[in-house]
Parts: sequence; C-alpha cells; structure tokens
Amino acid sequence: MSEHDMNTDNGREVEKKGPLRRFLDLPPDSLPKTIFVAVTLCLVASTFVSFASVSLRPAQEANKLRDKQKNILEVAGLYEPGVDIQERFSAFEPHVLEVASGQFTEQFDARTFDDRAAAADPETSRELVEDPASINRQSLYKTVYLLRDEDGALDKVILPIHGYGLWSTLYGFIALEEDGSSIYGLQFYEHGETPGLGAEVDNPRWKALWRDKRVFDEDGELAITVAKTAPPAGADYHVDAIAGATLTSVGVDKLVRFWMDEQGYGPFLERLRTGEAL
Amino acid sequence: MSKTTGKLLVEPLVDHNPITLQVLGICSALAVTTSLKVSLVMAIAVTCVTGLSSMFISMIRSQIPGSIRIIVQMVIIASLVILVDQVLKAYAYEISKTLSVFVGLIITNCIVMGRAEAFAMKNPPIASLLDGIGNGLGYGLLLVLVGFIRELFGAGTLFGFTVLPAVNNGGWYVPNGLLLLPPSAFFLIGIIIWINRTWKPKQVEEREYTIQRVEAH
Repeated sequence: MSEHDMNTDNGREVEKKGPLRRFLDLPPDSLPKTIFVAVTLCLVASTFVSFASVSLRPAQEANKLRDKQKNILEVAGLYEPGVDIQERFSAFEPHVLEVASGQFTEQFDARTFDDRAAAADPETSRELVEDPASINRQSLYKTVYLLRDEDGALDKVILPIHGYGLWSTLYGFIALEEDGSSIYGLQFYEHGETPGLGAEVDNPRWKALWRDKRVFDEDGELAITVAKTAPPAGADYHVDAIAGATLTSVGVDKLVRFWMDEQGYGPFLERLRTGEAL
Repeated sequence: MSKTTGKLLVEPLVDHNPITLQVLGICSALAVTTSLKVSLVMAIAVTCVTGLSSMFISMIRSQIPGSIRIIVQMVIIASLVILVDQVLKAYAYEISKTLSVFVGLIITNCIVMGRAEAFAMKNPPIASLLDGIGNGLGYGLLLVLVGFIRELFGAGTLFGFTVLPAVNNGGWYVPNGLLLLPPSAFFLIGIIIWINRTWKPKQVEEREYTIQRVEAH
C-alpha cells in the first residue's frame, strides 16, 4: 500500500471503493485495524516459519544423523578431520540390546531402530519409578555399537546415554573397553546447556579426563562419580566436576551412574565382564 | 546508485558504526568472536536479518498501528531469525552448533530493533533495506576485526588454519588464553572505539556535565 492510497481517505472517494479498500484505509490506530494487522501478520509470519521448518527438515535430519555418526567415531577415537564418516562408521556393528536382560535381540533392524521413538512408545518403553537421570520413560531396547579389532575380537562397546542436566536433556555416548569397565571416552552430541559453563561438557580437555577411568571397582560395584573431590574409592573412579557448572556436572554424574547401573546397561556389562559370548 | 543511497550503505561502516558510535549489540559481539569463521557467519546472519526486517517493516509502515508497533516489529524480526536459524541448521550444521543460542538472540540485538524503529518506520523500503544492510555490515566489520585478533593471538590460527604454530603443537607461539575468553572482546572493542574516536574526534560524545571551578577564598 503506497502513501498515495492512504491520503485519499475522504468522503467522496470512499463511496467508490469496495469494503476491503475502505477497511485498509481506516486509520492504523483504530481497533479493528489493530486487530486485523496483528492477526494477518501472525498468520503470514507463521506460514513462512512453518514452510521453512517443513521444507528444511530432511536436510537437518541428515545433518543430525551424520553428526551422530561422527560423534560415535569421535568417542571411539576413530575420527580425524576429513575422513569419510560413512565409510569409517561402517566398521561398527550395531545391535539392538534388550536392556533388562543384557542380550541382543533380532526383533528390530539395528540400522534403522530409533531409540528415542521407542522411548515414547508405551509398547517398547517403561515408566521409571526410580529416575535419577530424569528421563521419565526409558526404552526397553537400545542401539549399541560394537567395534572389533583385526582378529575379530571385541575392542570397544559404544553405549548411548542420556539424562537431564540443568536446562536440557544431554544425549551422548560412552565408549568402554572390552572389559566392560574401563572408559575410553564420553561425549555428548546434543544438549542445550549454558555456553561457556555447562556447555564445557564439549571441552576436549574435560572429555579427556574420562580416558582410562573405571566404572566398577574390584568387587564389581558401581564406583564412577563426577564430583568436586575424589571419592574414597580413589582417582581411578573420579572425574573432576566442571567449574561453574555444578548442576550440569551433577546431571552428568547421575546419568552416567544411572546407565551403568542395574536399570541401565548393568546386566549387559555384567555379561561383558564375565566374558559371556559376544 | 545515487549519492544518498550509497551513503546509507557506507556510512554505518565507520562514521555511524553501530558498535563504535552507538555502542549497540555488544553482548553478542563478546560471545561469538572467538573464531573468525563463526564471526563471519554471525555477521552475515545479522546483516540478512537487519536488511530484510527493515525492508518488510518499511513496506507495511503506514499500516502498523502505533500501539502495537514494537510487537509487529518483533514478530517480523523473530520470524526472520527463525528462518536464518533453520537455514543454518540445514546447510551449516557445525557452525550452527557453535553459534547455538546466539542466532536466536539476534532477536534481542539492539541494532535490529534500533534500525527498525529509527529508520524503517519513516523511510521507503529500498532505503530501509540499504540502511539495514549497511548497519549489519558495520556490525559485521567490527565482529570480523575482533574475531581476527582473537583467533590469531588466542589460538594462533585463522579460519582454523595454523598461522602462528602453537607451543603445544610443537611450534614457538604461546597462545594468549585470555583472548579466547569473553572479557578480552571488551578490551578489544574498547581499544577500537578509542582509536576510532581519536581518528574521528567528531564521534566523541559531549560531556553530560562540566566540572565547576570554585575559587579559593
């Protein structure tokens, strides 16, 4: 609408115009006009935003998948800039694990199984009564990745973990050595923690603290903690908390302990430690 | 391009730079300037948002009711920011992860609202578009300058490529860790404003008070 149209708002001209035109020529500050502008603008803006969101979703999903694969490579120490992610990723053997029994199941296709969708589906998930990691529902099945060395012997297992930090759910992976207790690495690929504070969970120096820590003590008891001071069990079972990010650190502590415990991968790790067929 | 439209584009770069003259948009300038690449993407994102939001607001400026004009401006700016965020997530995923909340926070960047309210509400669309782009570029210029200094001396790299080989990679340069922390951008922006105002004394604000002289008895 040009300036000219606005200035023709006098009696004689109005008669010739249709109702829409007359409406548009109302002074902007009148009540109907205010409501009209607000509603129209919201509709137009939301159409644009929804269109962008829907049309860009496939590209975003592909990026997310790539990023997840890259994170699995990174946590297993196989990532270098410039490598072909898909090719390297094919070295991993994905399996769907039945969490409660610690056994692999052939019920689902491990390459397409979606843990997060499964956690939302009442058929494949359960509501947690004891829920230290604040995840509400836990999937009965999880996709785990096995990495074998050249002789075909098990080298590492990569387990997906998640739980609530300060603002957001942190999604990540923990890589364990074949003994089911030594940690090779821990990495989060999705979270919404405060940049510079909680988001320091992405800091390579902090992530490096996890290398060679042990999840279980000699008696097989869960011992790993993320805390300010080392527990009596000793430094092998302790990862220093992040300065300035107490609540995120507490969240990481709880989620790691949850997933390593009985309700999480406990049964599977038990089988791994006793060397049951893998 | 006539002389005046050209001026709209060029003036905000130095003479009316939103950061050095108006001291707007400082908070995101502190947060995203740790590396040159991120600074550059942020600069482009802000330029797109200021330019387009000014243009759209100017196009409907005669219809915007005064009582809800700020909300109308916010809706337009917010939609554009979401659009930019979605595009980054689709085509520059790594960078969008580094920028994280700061893309969303373009909404609260004072420069965008400032140009909408001060210029776009009173001027035609093309002029508003140029003014918006000019101010975005002015902001971006400073961002890239600060990002350049911080990445070069803080990490010894530029765009991720090693320029000054760092000691912990077997080189000779001891990186200045302070430059990677947000406060360093305060010092750098302060120094840039100082240099700029020494070079162009007209930009120095007048004192709001004068010190009274009291004669001794």
